[in-house]
Amino acid sequence: MIRFEHVGKDYAGWTAIEDLSLTVEKGEFCVLIGPSGSGKTTTLKMINRLIEHDRGRILFEGAEIRSFAPEELRRRMGYAIQSIGLFPHWTVEENIGAVPKLLGWPRAKIRDRVTELLEMLTLDPERYRARYPRHLSGGEQQRIGVARALAANPSVLLMDEPFGALDPVTRDTLQAEMLRIQAASGTTVVLVTHDIDEAIRLASRIVILEGGRIAQSGSPREILAAPANDFVADFVGRSDRGLRLLAAERVGDRMRRGETAVGEPLTVDASLREALSLFVARNVDRLPVQDGSGALIGAIRLADLVRPPPSEAAP
Amino acid sequence: MRRIDPLIPAAIALVALVLGMPALKPLFAWMFPDQARPLYEQDSFLSLTLDHLSLVGISSAVSVVVGVAVAIFVTRPSGRAFRPLAETLTAAGQTFPPIAVLAIAVPLLGFGPLPALIALALYGLLPVTEATVAGIEQVPAGVREAARGIGMSPTGILARVELPLAAPVIVAGIRTSVIINIGTAAIASTVGVKTLGLPIIVGLSGFNTAYVLQGALVVGLLAAVVDLAFDRLGGFLGRWNRDRVAKTA
Ligand SMILES: Nc1ncnc2c1ncn2[C@@H]1O[C@H](COP(=O)(O)OP(=O)(O)OP(=O)(O)O)[C@@H](O)[C@H]1O
Ligand SMILES: [Mg+2]
Repeated sequence: MIRFEHVGKDYAGWTAIEDLSLTVEKGEFCVLIGPSGSGKTTTLKMINRLIEHDRGRILFEGAEIRSFAPEELRRRMGYAIQSIGLFPHWTVEENIGAVPKLLGWPRAKIRDRVTELLEMLTLDPERYRARYPRHLSGGEQQRIGVARALAANPSVLLMDEPFGALDPVTRDTLQAEMLRIQAASGTTVVLVTHDIDEAIRLASRIVILEGGRIAQSGSPREILAAPANDFVADFVGRSDRGLRLLAAERVGDRMRRGETAVGEPLTVDASLREALSLFVARNVDRLPVQDGSGALIGAIRLADLVRPPPSEAAP
Repeated sequence: MRRIDPLIPAAIALVALVLGMPALKPLFAWMFPDQARPLYEQDSFLSLTLDHLSLVGISSAVSVVVGVAVAIFVTRPSGRAFRPLAETLTAAGQTFPPIAVLAIAVPLLGFGPLPALIALALYGLLPVTEATVAGIEQVPAGVREAARGIGMSPTGILARVELPLAAPVIVAGIRTSVIINIGTAAIASTVGVKTLGLPIIVGLSGFNTAYVLQGALVVGLLAAVVDLAFDRLGGFLGRWNRDRVAKTA
């Protein structure tokens, strides 16, 4: 879907990105992470040509991005940023409908799409549609920013620290919504963050940048299990690495189907870290597991967190 | 309790004064018992007001078109280098008092409305340019970036984001420019243009305080009405920025 081939970028003779090669497959949730100044924003903005690269090639759906007019390219990619940048003089409806309007959708279709997106982001359409951005809370504004990015069903969604300025509870909710939306729509996402826990939670692939180069790229589990060097090991947190490994896996991957246990059940989508927390808090070594609809489907044991159960060995 | 909009009584008073000045003749006769002619009657106040307004209207239109165009140009990437020059020139336009511009323009262009128009247009340029530049620059960087990021064209960003967001500030600049010009246009009567300055100038040179008062009253009221009208316009253009919660649906 997006492919960087030996891409480089200089700012006034100083190399910000050096020989970056990376392929983001269709449907991937790719998270760029790294310390401040490592080139995350630069890498992201080169994709939609807000920043032009100096060396190498960047391909979008197989074609070089320079073969598209910048505006056309950007309309096919959603874009959401930390400062949100909602248009203050436009209502929520006009903000969300901005790209569809640029693409010439008929009014009724835009209206229906706005309703659909507001519902998807758990905002009551009739309450919010006609409001101006300054009458929204920070979390609501960020939701509208995400809705605007998603409005025209872009095949790629680019996000630069979209949840960076939010309180932990709101951030958590929006991360969950983002995962749900991405799973439902199959959109390819490239997201920038400096929060390793956010990366582990959201990413199907994490790309760690250091000084304009890729330090390591892989699934959260791969990176946590085998940091490529000291920098990555420090970055993913030496002492918390075990807990983060647990955060990178779902209860569904380690549970014993058909087994039973007593107590309030966990859901299959919960992370092993949440499971550990419950084991300790409830002082038990066995918990029942339910599926999304609330039906009991099995159980998980404390020991399964360390080693996959024998019957369903995980890779 | 709803407060009455002061624009309405002010506008009514202006119309009444312009049309009903002859009816006030006894009042002025009583106020200025020594004057043989206590009311300016060479021209009707209606025609003077209309002439005054058209002079201000045309010169302000020129100021606005040129001022906004210059401001847009110097805030584009291609015109950024000209910004100091434009600022110096528009500031110079306001440094010369209009009477000096008139004094220079008359020998070149003769008497009549043209030198007056040029003097007023130059004089009104600075507030418009300054306000437009300030208005465009106060658009938050994040809004601009988002506009570019979602695929708006540079022209689209100017027309649909920058100018509408700058509109309240631009209108404030135009308001200053027009109000200054309503006052300054009175001076244009010195070069033979009929404006509401005529009774004032005739009155001053003929020691007729009544004429001065009549001209000044109408000019003052006119400025007040126009000022209030601009205030409403600015409020309307900046309605998205009000604290009141927007009506739903
Ligand atoms: N327009 C520019 N001109 C000069 N240098 C720049 C410019 N933009 C970015 N840089 C530099 O390039 C480097 C990478 O910047 P970038 O914005 O990509 O970092 P980042 O990883 O997004 O950092 P952060 O986490 O702080 O947002 C930084 O050292 C930055 O100072
Ligand atoms: Mg950044």
